[in-house]
Amino acid sequence: MIISAAVAIAEARRGRLGERVYSGRSRAIFERGYIAFKSSTWMVILSGFVEPVLYLFAFGYGLGELIGNIESNGLSIPYAAYIAPALLATSAMNGAIYDSTMNIFFKLNHDRIYHGMLATSLGPLDVALGEIGLALLRGFLYGVGFMAVVAPLGLIPSLWGILAIPAAVLIAFGFAAVGMALTTYMKSFQQLEIINIFLLPMFLFSGSFYPLTVFPEWLQFIIKALPLSQAIHLVRGLTLGQINLGLLGHISYFIVMIIVGLFFTTKRLNALFMK
Amino acid sequence: MSSPLITARGLTKKFDEFVAVDEIDFDVARGESFGLLGPNGAGKSTTMRIIGATSQRTSGNLTILGMDPEKFGPQIRAHLGVVPQQDNLDMNLSVSENLYIYGRYFGLSRKFLKAKIEELLEFAQLEEKRNAKVESLSGGMKRRLTIARGLVSEPEILMLDEPTTGLDPQARHILWDRLFRLKEQGVTLVITTHFMDEAEQLCDRLVVMDKGKIMAEGSPAQLIKDYSTKEVLEIRFGSERNSAMADQLRGMCDRIEELPDRILLYSEDGEALLEKIYSAGLHPKTSLVRRSSLEDVFLRLTGRTLVD
Repeated sequence: MIISAAVAIAEARRGRLGERVYSGRSRAIFERGYIAFKSSTWMVILSGFVEPVLYLFAFGYGLGELIGNIESNGLSIPYAAYIAPALLATSAMNGAIYDSTMNIFFKLNHDRIYHGMLATSLGPLDVALGEIGLALLRGFLYGVGFMAVVAPLGLIPSLWGILAIPAAVLIAFGFAAVGMALTTYMKSFQQLEIINIFLLPMFLFSGSFYPLTVFPEWLQFIIKALPLSQAIHLVRGLTLGQINLGLLGHISYFIVMIIVGLFFTTKRLNALFMK
Repeated sequence: MSSPLITARGLTKKFDEFVAVDEIDFDVARGESFGLLGPNGAGKSTTMRIIGATSQRTSGNLTILGMDPEKFGPQIRAHLGVVPQQDNLDMNLSVSENLYIYGRYFGLSRKFLKAKIEELLEFAQLEEKRNAKVESLSGGMKRRLTIARGLVSEPEILMLDEPTTGLDPQARHILWDRLFRLKEQGVTLVITTHFMDEAEQLCDRLVVMDKGKIMAEGSPAQLIKDYSTKEVLEIRFGSERNSAMADQLRGMCDRIEELPDRILLYSEDGEALLEKIYSAGLHPKTSLVRRSSLEDVFLRLTGRTLVD
């Protein structure tokens, strides 16, 4: 048997837990994303950053002039400071969903990039983690970019607000994991639209622009169970410095999304490629 | 002889009720060029994917370098270079980036890859295209890049699924030349093809597959010797008269095959047979004497032509 470098690397992992699905090299997928990103997806990243800023100025300052201050958990704050964390959470969601649905569907069904990756000594979990890592990087960039705009405007009253950046990454992780899992079940681009049909109403009614208390109680209950509502309340709690145990609940919600998403993504990639 | 690199016994693959690969047995020895010849849908690509540890067999035994692909997928894939039937190059990346990142998938170091990429670009005759996007390459160039990519990990076994389908004759010959070089370097080649000339050019030994089964096995020359005559006489009487004439020709030679457009007569001496036909007062519109090929072997084994 000839022991090439590639063989020595693969043999070194023999006997490890999950060796058939994971080779510990998701960074290679990450690196691919970085090389591809350098040349192509700039515009998408840029538009994802600009969108929440536009909403902030149009609604936060435009509509905010009419509304004045708003009550949030007994705290009276400017309207722009109320919607800023919601916009951050939403852009983390949108970026992660775009990456994990459109981008991944294309690589899966059109370019057959994953077929190439999985013909090497990589496993499906490497691919899933690497791709989701890219969605996280995007979530991180959006978080930093948005904070760089809103913090100087005085819209982050609490120092806890700095944690909104890792929170945006966590949110992106949750949405990307579930988004990728759903994408592996989709058969056509049209089916991906189903995801978008959910996203817009979720954005409009999840307490982005006004407190959930305007809704009847049963509806509040449903909305609170939706992931974007969880995300918005997590980020808003941090930027306004309203730290309580409820935030841990939101964090747990996203950890569950991550675990469930990764489980089904790996399972499906295995089924799709190892059939 | 050392133990075979690949051993399959009773290898079977079913997709629901459909049997794609039906209890096949074969061995591939180190350094040989082994071919799977058969028409589309014969089960060649499925067999390739099972060997490539990206598809699980339904039953039977398979060992690759002494390992079961179901248990040691990543370890086996580290030994293989895979050239799929459908190009799956990374369209967002340049030629050299494609080679680089593929090496990274195997965990190879940047330093190793720097030198390796130069070597592979030269091998694939793509030095001038190193910074070009994959989209701008011709079909032949893409194919050569896919082969170069498959070699980045210095595999012991290179798996080529229909390597020259869709290429023009010149591009095919360049590709064959590259594959010969690999063989000279001791790389074991496993090739599927439905082109008999490709099988004759590239394969030391091959199996003829049809409907998931192996119909025959041997070197191209041996198969021709076993299943065909030395020469073939092809004659045409015009599509309406072919079948009527075929009845009269039966008995004049070892074997006769009637195709829609022509009649094939199998004989050790084609010219002599043609004379016999003329002296019997028959006058075909066209006639051609040629050597037997794998196409004739396939026709004999299955009653059908390779390319429909």
